[in-house]
Amino acid sequence: MTNHLETSEMVLNMGPQHPSTHGVLRLILKLDGERVKSIECVIGYLHRGVEKIGENRTYAQFAPYVDRMDYVAAVSNGLGYCLAVEKLIGIEAPPRAQFVRVIFAELNRIASHLLWLGTSALDLGAMTALFYTMREREDVLKIFENYCGARLTTHAFRIGGLQYELHDTFEAELLAFCASFPARLDEYERLLTQNPIWVDRLKGIGILTAADCKAYAVSGPVLRAAGLPWDLRKAQPYSSYDQFDFDIPTGQNADSYDRYLVRIEEMRQSLRIIRQALDRIPSGPILAKVPKVLKPAPGEIYSSIEAPKGELGYYIVSDGSLQPWRLRVRPPSFLNLAALEKMAVGALVADVVAIIGTLDFVLGEVDR
Amino acid sequence: MVETLRKIFLADLLTGLWVTFKTQRTSNIVTEQYPLERPRVGERFRGAPRLNNNPENGETLCIGCDLCAKACPENLIVVGTERNKETRRLDLTYFTYDLSRCMFCGLCEDACPVDALELTQDFEMASYTRDGLIWDRQMLEEGPRPTPYTR
Repeated sequence: MTNHLETSEMVLNMGPQHPSTHGVLRLILKLDGERVKSIECVIGYLHRGVEKIGENRTYAQFAPYVDRMDYVAAVSNGLGYCLAVEKLIGIEAPPRAQFVRVIFAELNRIASHLLWLGTSALDLGAMTALFYTMREREDVLKIFENYCGARLTTHAFRIGGLQYELHDTFEAELLAFCASFPARLDEYERLLTQNPIWVDRLKGIGILTAADCKAYAVSGPVLRAAGLPWDLRKAQPYSSYDQFDFDIPTGQNADSYDRYLVRIEEMRQSLRIIRQALDRIPSGPILAKVPKVLKPAPGEIYSSIEAPKGELGYYIVSDGSLQPWRLRVRPPSFLNLAALEKMAVGALVADVVAIIGTLDFVLGEVDR
Repeated sequence: MVETLRKIFLADLLTGLWVTFKTQRTSNIVTEQYPLERPRVGERFRGAPRLNNNPENGETLCIGCDLCAKACPENLIVVGTERNKETRRLDLTYFTYDLSRCMFCGLCEDACPVDALELTQDFEMASYTRDGLIWDRQMLEEGPRPTPYTR
């Protein structure tokens, strides 16, 4: 009687409609009891062929599509694309445009990390944080809406600079946000940082060492949580990031808890950058002289920026025509997701949720 | 010792709960009561397209230059024009805008040299049919009718 219990391993499908996979990610888990023996990611449910679309649009026309890859960090995507095309045609945005771009990119980093914080906390059972992070994210999105007319898929920047001059109430809105946000960040930390459940579920979970990070080409907060102070804003400054004073937060234990701490600290640093940029924003034109018809000379470039989730790169090959011959995106989410197997094998099923949460990927960017 | 006392008296839990109780005041409510109260969208909000008329004589501002159709990434604008024999200028005959494919990027309004095409603050564009999303010139000039909501 006692020997008839079934103890063989079990295959479990997690997703594509699982609430904690943050989109349409399907994980095929092989379980031995509660332990994960192997994990396989099935992606592609959100594939739209963005890179192929890029080959059939002019350079200016493709800009709205990049917003739809990492839709929680649309401004960063737009910035990366505009910088790539500007590098290809050899122009540079005017200083004022560069500062405005920095402000919006950092605001977007805060918005992206806020959404991450809220949803990961929700996955791990701390529902309250979501409501508060959404409230602050709303402030950021309202600034986006007032500036460029859209909240999520902003299309805020144009090749060569900006389309819109800052709106009249911009400074007041931003100062109000800067004034209220540090206290709100402390509020989140009071909710989570010392919370025994939160700590128990994250500490020592999903360790990805610095060597593994390098092997898997992981970038962004996950890499910095492993102790490597690698940030493209410092390593290869773009859009006048070299003029701002900020620190790169790093962790020591390379676990999920450190990733949480790194992202919280990154929001503080973003706020520092925003304050400096707002103080020193130069006057002048916002759009460089861009030819009406963009026809770059044949050639290829790769340009990358530090998006909220890691290194976001654009590789563009031009054949001298109106449209890119090939456009390839190096998305941070896709490469970070590849490290999931390394982290999750041997963990419990509940830990997989924590690991997915703190990896912070967006399926729109993974599948493109 | 302190650590043990913190654990016994659930200090960390109470710190977290204090945050929750602090926001129970009615002045802290941020929920918008849409459809009862319409949210005020930004001045530059990119919503339903509109084809502007000259307020003085009611004639369309559109000069039929086709630049919006060329700028559109989704090719959803069709501009029909006819050469006027007397004035030697292009007259607008029809203008269709396929909202079902529009992503409200604003490239068409950027391209318009006479500010005829504009993305407005209207955001209620739902339709029961796909045909209802293809707006003709009349619909573009008049704009979507506000939807009445009743309980």
